[in-house]
Amino acid sequence: MPRSNNPMSAASGSQSGLAARGRTVVLVATRKGAWIFHADAARQSWRPDGPHFLGHVISHLVLDARDARTLLAAVKTGHLGPTLFRSTDLGRNWQEAAKPPAFARVADDPKARAVDHTFWLTPAHASQPEVWYAGTSPQGLFRSQDGGRSWEPYSMINDDTDYRRWMGTVQDGTPDGPKLHSIIVDPRDPAHLYFAMSGGGVHESTDGGRTFAPLLDGLDVVEGFDGKEPTFHDPHCVRLCPSNPDRLYQQNHCGIYRLDRPSRRWLRIGKNMPAEVGDIGFPMVVHPRDADCAWVLPMDGTSVWPRTSPGGKPAVYVTRDGGETWQRQDGGMPAEQAWWTVKRQAMSADGADPVGLYFGTTSGELWASGDEGRNWRCIARHLPEIYAVEAAELRDR
Amino acid sequence: MNVLIPSALRSYTQSAHAQASGDTLAALLADLDRQYQGIRFRMVDEQERIRPHIRVFVNGAQVRELGQRLGTADEVVIVQALSGG
Repeated sequence: MPRSNNPMSAASGSQSGLAARGRTVVLVATRKGAWIFHADAARQSWRPDGPHFLGHVISHLVLDARDARTLLAAVKTGHLGPTLFRSTDLGRNWQEAAKPPAFARVADDPKARAVDHTFWLTPAHASQPEVWYAGTSPQGLFRSQDGGRSWEPYSMINDDTDYRRWMGTVQDGTPDGPKLHSIIVDPRDPAHLYFAMSGGGVHESTDGGRTFAPLLDGLDVVEGFDGKEPTFHDPHCVRLCPSNPDRLYQQNHCGIYRLDRPSRRWLRIGKNMPAEVGDIGFPMVVHPRDADCAWVLPMDGTSVWPRTSPGGKPAVYVTRDGGETWQRQDGGMPAEQAWWTVKRQAMSADGADPVGLYFGTTSGELWASGDEGRNWRCIARHLPEIYAVEAAELRDR
Repeated sequence: MNVLIPSALRSYTQSAHAQASGDTLAALLADLDRQYQGIRFRMVDEQERIRPHIRVFVNGAQVRELGQRLGTADEVVIVQALSGG
């Protein structure tokens, strides 16, 4: 596939890859509003700015690494339909999208899909500065060409017969709705895209999103189901390595995986995790400069799937050799009786050296590490249920 | 006609009351959207269905269809119906 040689130029979720160090902010989206935490230069003290949109459900809050100033927030409330807001002054003022993501009108079909909420936001390639992608619940892919002000259904997948079957119904999805997430833009090629669906698998496009195809070889599914069927696949979080865009990592419902392109076969690197911890979880983040390094935050996937820290003893696990080995990192975390749940988009890495890591719990605690996971401290508590955490960097002006 | 706006939508109208016109509920909501851009999509989805937690009352009676006829003297009340935390 044709590619330009600019591996640090684009952003996808938290893996923003800014070349120059700026001031770190951590964007926290919760079930009841959004907060922006500003770090000092040493990332030791944090100043909360918020709540923004108090009482609104914020699924994702993302800073555009291409201009380091545009924020998009995916917003809804319990009573009202979904929308998006945009700010270019770090949230002092917000402008609502004139046309939020919405499926095409289908006349005379009482079951026709409507967007319940926008779940995921990804800025497009650096060469397309006004373009953004959005993933929704139920699963849909949308695109904006005007900086998030208006959105249109994008690509063939929203209406393709196979994709509609693979997406399943609301009953087939996650408890708060099936989702399209982990929209990834290859930093070398704006036409090379990935996304994931829970459920529905991982998919790739090499023609700018005109068409997509499943990318599922090697991935396990729940026992008794046919792994050839995308509908049975449940990727929780997929990340591309900014330092080697041919490498992807994935935290899946059925384990932790690595994929080295051009291979199409995922390798289950989670089998190298300690057996008593397992390799189930939701978030995964990658090192901005070292493609052999990635972090997961395991959850208990046994019996009825508590989805809490195994044994009530939370920890992050890091690999520094591409998943051959994993090391526990729990310095500063509670030693016992901490039954945390961390959602798939609620863990993030910044671009600093050493890398700062951040995660937020559903019990409203925000944790940070300034030394690549060796030591952790809680930098905010008593927040609402945390849905998403994104580290970003502001450029000094 | 006079439309009572619920608190969740007053960020659009800046008021508990709005004046709008239309001979059907659909036309009334379209007029509201012309005045307060974006307010209609928060109440009505892309398939032209009133959203689950939105209730509309006309002269005290609940209305469920966007095609409901309206008169110039009607009183329209929009309510947010949500329970739980």
